Amino acid sequence: MRKMNRRDFLKNISLGTAGLTLVATPALAGESQGKITGEKLPGKIRKVKETYSICCFCGCGCGLLLYSNEEDRLVFCEGYPDHPVNAGTICPKGNGIIEGNTVINKKRNRESNRRRVTKPLYRAPGSSKWEEKSWDWVMAEIAQRVKKTRDESFVEKDEHGVTVNRTTAMAHVGAAALDNEEIYLLHKMYRALGMLNIEHCARL
Amino acid sequence: MTNHFVDYRNADVILIIGSNTAENHPMGMKWAMKAKEKGAQLIAVDPRVSKSASMCHVHARLRPGTDIAFINGMMNYIIENDLWFKDYVLNYTNASFLIHPDYQCEDGVFSGFTDIDGKLSYDTATWQYQMDGDVIKKDPTLQDPNCVFQILKKHVSRYDIKTVCQITGTSEDTYRKVCEMYASSGKRDKAGCVIYGMGITMHSVGTQNARALCILQLLLGNMGIPGGGVNAQRGEQNVQGSTDMAMLHGNLPGYLGMVYANKHKTLAEYIEKETPTGYWSNKPKFLISQLKAWYGDKATPENDFCYDWLPKHDGKNRSYMSLFNYMDTGEVKGFFVAGQNPSVGGPSTIQANQAMENLEWLVVYDIFEIETAAFWKRPGADPSKIKTEVFLLPAAMSFEKEGSVTNAGRWMQWRYKAVNPPGEAKSDLWMFYNLFNTIRKEYQKGGKFPDPVLNMVWDYDLPGEEEPDIAKVAKEINGYEVATGNVLSGFAKLAADGSTACGNWVLSGYWFEDKDAKVPACKRRINKDPSGMGVFPQYAFSWPANRRIAYNRCSADPAGNPWNPQKPYARWDALAGKWVIPDVPDFKATEPAPNPSDPPIPVPPEKSAVDAYIMSEDGHGRLFAVKGLSDGPLPEHYEPYESPFRNLISQQQNNPMALTFKTGLFSKIAEIGSEKYPCVAITVHLVEHYQSGATTRNCPSLAEISAHMFVNISPSLAQKIGVKNGDDVIVESVRGQITCKAAVNGVCVPLMVNGKETEVISMPYSWGFMGIATGASANDLTPSVGDPNSNIPEYKAFLCNVRKANKS
Ligand code: SF4
Repeated sequence: MRKMNRRDFLKNISLGTAGLTLVATPALAGESQGKITGEKLPGKIRKVKETYSICCFCGCGCGLLLYSNEEDRLVFCEGYPDHPVNAGTICPKGNGIIEGNTVINKKRNRESNRRRVTKPLYRAPGSSKWEEKSWDWVMAEIAQRVKKTRDESFVEKDEHGVTVNRTTAMAHVGAAALDNEEIYLLHKMYRALGMLNIEHCARL
Repeated sequence: MTNHFVDYRNADVILIIGSNTAENHPMGMKWAMKAKEKGAQLIAVDPRVSKSASMCHVHARLRPGTDIAFINGMMNYIIENDLWFKDYVLNYTNASFLIHPDYQCEDGVFSGFTDIDGKLSYDTATWQYQMDGDVIKKDPTLQDPNCVFQILKKHVSRYDIKTVCQITGTSEDTYRKVCEMYASSGKRDKAGCVIYGMGITMHSVGTQNARALCILQLLLGNMGIPGGGVNAQRGEQNVQGSTDMAMLHGNLPGYLGMVYANKHKTLAEYIEKETPTGYWSNKPKFLISQLKAWYGDKATPENDFCYDWLPKHDGKNRSYMSLFNYMDTGEVKGFFVAGQNPSVGGPSTIQANQAMENLEWLVVYDIFEIETAAFWKRPGADPSKIKTEVFLLPAAMSFEKEGSVTNAGRWMQWRYKAVNPPGEAKSDLWMFYNLFNTIRKEYQKGGKFPDPVLNMVWDYDLPGEEEPDIAKVAKEINGYEVATGNVLSGFAKLAADGSTACGNWVLSGYWFEDKDAKVPACKRRINKDPSGMGVFPQYAFSWPANRRIAYNRCSADPAGNPWNPQKPYARWDALAGKWVIPDVPDFKATEPAPNPSDPPIPVPPEKSAVDAYIMSEDGHGRLFAVKGLSDGPLPEHYEPYESPFRNLISQQQNNPMALTFKTGLFSKIAEIGSEKYPCVAITVHLVEHYQSGATTRNCPSLAEISAHMFVNISPSLAQKIGVKNGDDVIVESVRGQITCKAAVNGVCVPLMVNGKETEVISMPYSWGFMGIATGASANDLTPSVGDPNSNIPEYKAFLCNVRKANKS
C-alpha cells in the first residue's frame, strides 16, 4: 500500500480545509476561495446527497451530516445542527471521519482511501505475504477451521457430570466499533458454538 | 453515565477526575463549559496539566494510582465538617443500616480474608446487614457503632489531609480548596457532577475508585438529580452498546449473569439462585424471553426453553488478559478480532504478540490492515517461523452500512448508510450472518452436538437484498409477542412463560414506534426540550425505558418536593395527586388499575421514598457494599502494583485480590521502589487519534496533525537526562523498551511525595507499525495486572525509566 509523504499531507490538509469552507458557505466562497476550486461549485453542491449519521469515534455520539457525490464518494462532513449533544459542532476526529472513505488526490479530486482493505486476504502458515481470495473461499475455510477447533475441544459434560456444552479453544475480542445489531448476531453465533472466551475493550 | 452530556450544564460544581474530557470527549466538555458560563465551579484532579485541567478553576495534581486516598480524604473532610446532606443520606442511602458486629478493616485487610493454598478470597459473611427476621436492623440516629454511617466515618477518618497529601503528592492548600469547593454541592439546592474516565478505572483498584466516587456523591446527595450523577465517559462510539450486549465472558445480553456449571445446573437452579428481590425479581422473564428469541419454536417450557444449549462457564478467569495467557499456554487455538487492535491496544503488547504466535488461526474483521492482522510481519518477527493462518476480512465503515450505536449517555441512535463500502468490503452484519450460515452448512453434515448450531434462530434473509434484514434483528433485540409478532413497547411487557421473545431486555423499547415521529424510538430526532432542562425525551432512545437520568426519584424529598425548587425534576403535585417529571420515572409513579382498561393509578410519594434506588435489592444507595465486590465493602487505598513507595496507610501494599499472572509471559512486574525504573508512567489519548490509532493513523489529515509518538516528561527530568523538546528518548519498563520523541512542556512536573521528588511521565498509546503515521507502541511497556472485579489492566500507574537515545 502507498505511503504518503509529507508534501502529500500538507496538500491534502490545505485542500481539505478549503473544501470545507466552500461547501459550508458557498456565497462567500466565490470571493475568497474562487481560484482554488473554480466556478463549477454550485453545480457540485446541488448534486451531493445528504445522510444523517453518528460519529464512529468517541462515546459522545455526535450527530453528523455526511455529503456524498454522484460517484458514491463522501466529500464533506459537518455536525448535525439539531443534535442535542453536539448542536452542529464536531471535533477534529469527527471532521476527519470521511477520510476513512475518500482522500483528496494530487489532482484535487476525492478518490477512495487506497489504504482500505477491499478484498478478503489470506496469509498462509510461514508465508510473508497476503493472498487475495474470494468471499466464498474464506467463508468456507474459516467455517472448516471453526468446526475442527470446536469439535476437537468440545466438552459435553464436565468432571462432575454436569451438562456444559462448551469449548474454550476459541476466543473473540472486539465489538465497541460495531453496531448493536451486529454485536447481537455475533454473541448469538458464539454462544451457539459453545464459546466462553468472549471479550472486548470495555475491559481495557 | 447515570446522567448525560447535556445535563452537565445543570451542575453547580463539576469534579473531573481521571478524565481528560476536553481532549477525549470534546463535545462533552462543551456542556461543562456551559455550566461554567452560568457560574459553576470546575475542578480537575489529574497528574498532568491536561487540556481539561487548563479549563478548570482549580487543578489538583495527584500521583497516578492514589485516587482512593484522595477521595476518601474528601469524604473525611465532608463528614468532619458536617457538610453532608443529612436528609438525603438518611432517607435514600443505607447509612442507618446495621452491619454484622464482627465486621472490621484492620491494617488494610477486611474481615473474612481467607487464603486456601494460595487462593485468596473474602468470605463476606461479616459484611452483611443485621437482620430482624426479614427486616434489616437500622439506627435512624446514626449513632450505633455498627451502623454504616459510623463504619464509614471511622474508615475514612484515617485519611486526614496531611496523610492524604503525603500519599498523593498534592499540595495541602490545593487539596483543601478542592474539598471545600466540592463539598459546597452538599446543600439541598446545589448539584455536584462527577465526570470520570479511564483514569479512574484502569487500576488494580479501578472498581473501588469508581465506588469511592459513588459514595462521595451519595454523601452529598448528588445522585438522581439534574446536574449530578456519576458520569463515566465511555471511550468508544459503542462501548456502551457492546457492554449492554455482553461481549464479556461472564454475561449474557442485558446484564444477565452467565450460567455457571457449579451453581446453575438447571434453569430452575439458575432462577432460584439468581433472582433477588427488588427490580431484578423480574430476571426469569428476561432470561426466558432471551432463550425464546434465540431458540424460537424449539424453546418450550417442557425442555426448559433449551437452557442446556447455553454453554456453561467453567468458573475460570476468561477476561481479556487471561485469554492471551491461554494463547501462551496453548489452550486457545483460534482467535477472532472484530474492530479491535490487541497488538497495539492491550497491555504488555510485546508479550501479547508473542502469545498470538501460538494460534493456529486468526480471523480479523477490519477496514484497514491493522497491526493485529499484520502481527506476523511486525518489526523483529520472522514470518517463516509463525505458523498462524491469518484471514483479514474487509469491513465497512460506520457510514457504509446502517445500524444503531449507544453513546456514553445510554442513547441508542440509528445511523444510515451514506455510500457503499469500497471494493468487496462488507458490513460486519453481512460477514457474521454469512459466516454462521456457512458453519451451519458444515454441521448439517454432522459434528459434535450440532443442536444449538442448527437451531439458533438465524433467518434474516431479505429477499432481493444482499444485506441481511437488520430490521428483523432489531425487532428481535427489542422483543416481540410470539403469537402476533407485535413489537413490544418495553420490558414491562415481558413474560416468563415463553409468550414473549426478547434478545436484550434492557434495550427493549428502542424499536417501538414513537407516536409523533412514526419511526422506531432510536431513529427519532425530535429536537424538543419541553422542560428546558436538556432532557430531549424524544431524541433517540435512552435505555432503560428511555430514562435520561437514573435514580430520578432522589431528586425530590420523601414527600415528593424537589430538593431544589429552582430546578425541579421529579415533583409530586399534591393538588392534582400525581407525579410531574420531564423524564421517565425511575420508580413506581403509577400502578395498573384493577380494571386494565382504566388509566393507571398514581402512587403517592411515601411509597417510592422507601426504595428510591429501585435497582438495589434493599432499595437504598449503598455507602457500604454488602455484595458485588470481591475486594472489600469500602474503598481502601493500596499502592499500584508497580510503585516507588510502600503503602503509608497500612501494611497491605497492594490490592490483595488483584488479577496477576504468577508465571509465564505476563508475570513481569518491577519491584517496589525500583531504582532502575523510578518514574511513574500513565498512558493517555490525543484528540486526533482514536484508541490504538488503527483508523485515525490511516486518515491523512489526522495522521498529519498528530504524526509522532512521544512521551511527556518534566523539564527537570529533561535537564537531568540531557534532552530537549523533540529529542529522541528511550522509555523502558521491566517488560520492554521503546524509542520516541520527548515532549518537554510542563504538562508533567515532578510531585513531592512523602518528601521524595517523584517524576511522572505520560505517553499516548495510539501508535504502531502500520498506517501512514507509524511509531512505537506505549503498551509494549504496560503491565498485565488487573482489577479483581472488572479485570481492567493497570495502564494508569506503572514504572518506567527514561534516557536519552543515542543518535544512530
Ligand atoms: S465528533 Fe469528536 S466529540 Fe463528537 S463523537 Fe466524534 S470524536 Fe467524539
